[in-house]
Amino acid sequence: MKPRSNWTRRSINFMVMAVSTLSSFIGIAVLVWVLYEIIYRGIGAFNWDFFTKLPTPPGVEGGGLANAILGTVVITALATLIGVPIGLFAGVFLAEFGLRSKLSGPVRFVSNILMGTPSIIIGVFVYAMLVVTVRHFSGYAGAVALAIIMIPLVARTTEDMLNLVPDTLRESALALGVPRWKTTLDIVFKAAKKGLLTGSLLAVARVSGETAPLLFTALNSPYWPGWLNKPTGNLTVTIYNYAMSPYTDWQQMAWGASLLITLGVLFLTLCARFLLQEKK
Amino acid sequence: MHKLSTIKTTASSRDQTRADLLFRGFTALCAIGLILIVVGIFIELLMNSWPAIKKFGLSFLVSQKWNPVPGIEEFGALSSIFGTLATTAIAMLIATPMSLVIAIFLVELAPPRMAGIVGGAIELLAAVPSIIYGMWGLFVFAPFMQDHIQPFLGEVIGGPLFEGPPMGIGILTAGIILALMILPFITAVARDVFLMIPNVVKEASHGMGATTWEVTYKVVWPYCIHGIVGALFLGLGRAIGETMAITFVIGNDHSISASVFSAGTSIASTLANEFTEASEPIYLSALFELGLVLFGLTVVFQIVAQLWLRRLRKSTGGRA
Repeated sequence: MKPRSNWTRRSINFMVMAVSTLSSFIGIAVLVWVLYEIIYRGIGAFNWDFFTKLPTPPGVEGGGLANAILGTVVITALATLIGVPIGLFAGVFLAEFGLRSKLSGPVRFVSNILMGTPSIIIGVFVYAMLVVTVRHFSGYAGAVALAIIMIPLVARTTEDMLNLVPDTLRESALALGVPRWKTTLDIVFKAAKKGLLTGSLLAVARVSGETAPLLFTALNSPYWPGWLNKPTGNLTVTIYNYAMSPYTDWQQMAWGASLLITLGVLFLTLCARFLLQEKK
Repeated sequence: MHKLSTIKTTASSRDQTRADLLFRGFTALCAIGLILIVVGIFIELLMNSWPAIKKFGLSFLVSQKWNPVPGIEEFGALSSIFGTLATTAIAMLIATPMSLVIAIFLVELAPPRMAGIVGGAIELLAAVPSIIYGMWGLFVFAPFMQDHIQPFLGEVIGGPLFEGPPMGIGILTAGIILALMILPFITAVARDVFLMIPNVVKEASHGMGATTWEVTYKVVWPYCIHGIVGALFLGLGRAIGETMAITFVIGNDHSISASVFSAGTSIASTLANEFTEASEPIYLSALFELGLVLFGLTVVFQIVAQLWLRRLRKSTGGRA
């Protein structure tokens, strides 16, 4: 191979670097463009009514999405109550008892599969399980669908975080005669507290913006959430319905809802990040 | 007195063993719950799609007909499968080089403070829900495509691939939106892979007089290729089942056309659009079968990705 001259090498380097910098700026600029449009178009929809009133039919002034905001919060909270404990203890199993169990291989494998399963498939599954059997859509079904998405995420981070806790800590607790369950819940959990909280927060952030699993489970509704045994209003499906509608005032509402959900998700993600950084 | 306390400890230690067993059993139950969910998904999808499987057989996978009119229903998944694969392919074609280039930029070129800020921003963008990209796609990007990009591509390149009226929406637009959605995700993973290389190796090559590009291409790249492929698999898995970002802009038309300007549909967007409207049992069953196909596709990708990562872990001898 003929050695390239220094000049060629340098100019190749310069060109590649220039292209790389340029495409980075293009990519980042487009992503900024997305955020800019969401903020610019969404902020106009924010007013007192938006947060306090029920939706109105198209063309009628002064409606809001208070029911959908509350619905999203309630459904996400219920999903967290179901999903986080199951995921947490599944993670405990993998980290604390998994080493000598034949179960841990298959559980890890299946958990990865579930993490890669499209959220709409989970919606279809919950529809077949909980909507067809009781013959109506419900907020519960929506919460279960979101919980199913959370479980593998929480299990994975829990396992990783518990693995970071040094074994000497467990050994010293056990040597003092503390039973295994107490060691895990009182000592290992305490050592990994921030990591566990971060994992759960990220999982909540992830599901609070989900739309597809709610389409056939919680559906949507223009009324207050009530006891979740009926179709339940929520922000993301509202965005979908309103954006697809031909009415400009509904589309405006959809932009407002988009901004709100983006802010909510980013806030949760930032909280999680902040927690993790504090740890270091 | 001494004897008594011994008895007491043994009794409580027996209780403790029992409590430990219970605790272990409970955590195992939660772990088994994960297996039950995945098996449950497969069984529910299979059971509910059984009428369609029986009626259409293998022709479901190769037929392009999608006719939900009661009495003369006929369902084939080909148009949806085609749309899913076409949009995913476009997304990967765009997102792969861009995310790698951005990752290289962040690791090798950008000043550390800038890399920190931009890297953080990119990780945040990976958290933005997909419906937001859908909204942006429908109201901002589709008109932009219609006015600027599509006429340009049609005139300058043309051919069967870029044929037809610029409608704004369609397979190409959906593919680009999808690319934007997975871009932050792949970039974040690829950056972490690049960062795993020991600095000494890079410094040694620079010390030999290699340019940044030579270091990246000849030293960093061979080190990272496995990890990068893993990152791409993860991105691919996301793209293939993505629903909301696509449903807004793909056009939802059950046809197959060579032109990327034309409207199409994907498995996920067909489900999102038609699931609640399906009145006939056989229609619903066909939709369930579409879901089964999508689930099967993602499971296959997951298995390939996991085998790949396991091989990688073995070859590097540690965690990767």
